[in-house]
Amino acid sequence: MSKEERVLPARTADDKRAFKRELTDVVPHLRAFARGLCGRPDMADDLVQETLLKAWAAQERFEPGTSMRAWTFVILRNAYLTDMRRNRFRGEYDEVAAERILVAPAGQEQPIHLSDMHRALLTLPPERREALLLVGAGGFSYEEAAQICGCAVGTIKSRVGRARAALTAMIEEGQIPDRSIGDPNAHVAILKELDEVAAGRGLAVPTK
Amino acid sequence: MAGKRKTGGPVKGKKHISKPRDPDWASGLKQLYDSVIEEPIPDTFKDLLAKLDDGTK
Repeated sequence: MSKEERVLPARTADDKRAFKRELTDVVPHLRAFARGLCGRPDMADDLVQETLLKAWAAQERFEPGTSMRAWTFVILRNAYLTDMRRNRFRGEYDEVAAERILVAPAGQEQPIHLSDMHRALLTLPPERREALLLVGAGGFSYEEAAQICGCAVGTIKSRVGRARAALTAMIEEGQIPDRSIGDPNAHVAILKELDEVAAGRGLAVPTK
Repeated sequence: MAGKRKTGGPVKGKKHISKPRDPDWASGLKQLYDSVIEEPIPDTFKDLLAKLDDGTK
């Protein structure tokens, strides 16, 4: 799967149990990240399962003491990019599951519909979407997000900035496309960018 | 002496050059994400994790 830079010592049963505990703890985070990346909850969960299996198989490359969340996010986003390119997530969006209403916190005038938020998010090119998810929702620093995505910090900053600007424009001007993820034009654009991401900077190295 | 106070000096630490204000939807994004984190984990995941052999048996 990858050429490892260094081989860490074989894991004892204790290590494996500790690894499994940590892996279990990040499942909710993986689900949230996956759900943000691809629209449908069932597909997001498939992606998380795939990630768990890959992480388990690669556990000797995980350095204890480093962030399990960051490490597994790398695996998840790479799996997502691969699946995207294989067509699995194209044009998929679960309207029904997204029809929940997000109650606005006090002080905000208008509630934002969860479905609007999610739909707007899904219109972003994948690399901006993931950058925004990591920084704006997952609470990662720009540096951590850059490591996860295998790109420069400046690149992440600019992706987050563009994502924010696009969402602000869409949401505040009420221009959220109906189902733009199913819009053929949007798709061509997204997939083109995706190929670039996956070809070049998509090769993030799990931890370091 | 007793009343010695620090005065005049510039306040240490940079004063907050506030980062651009978060747009209104930012908390919505966070909530969208957190709402998934707070969902109970489906059994499929527990089953899958249980199957991974960690030598416990």
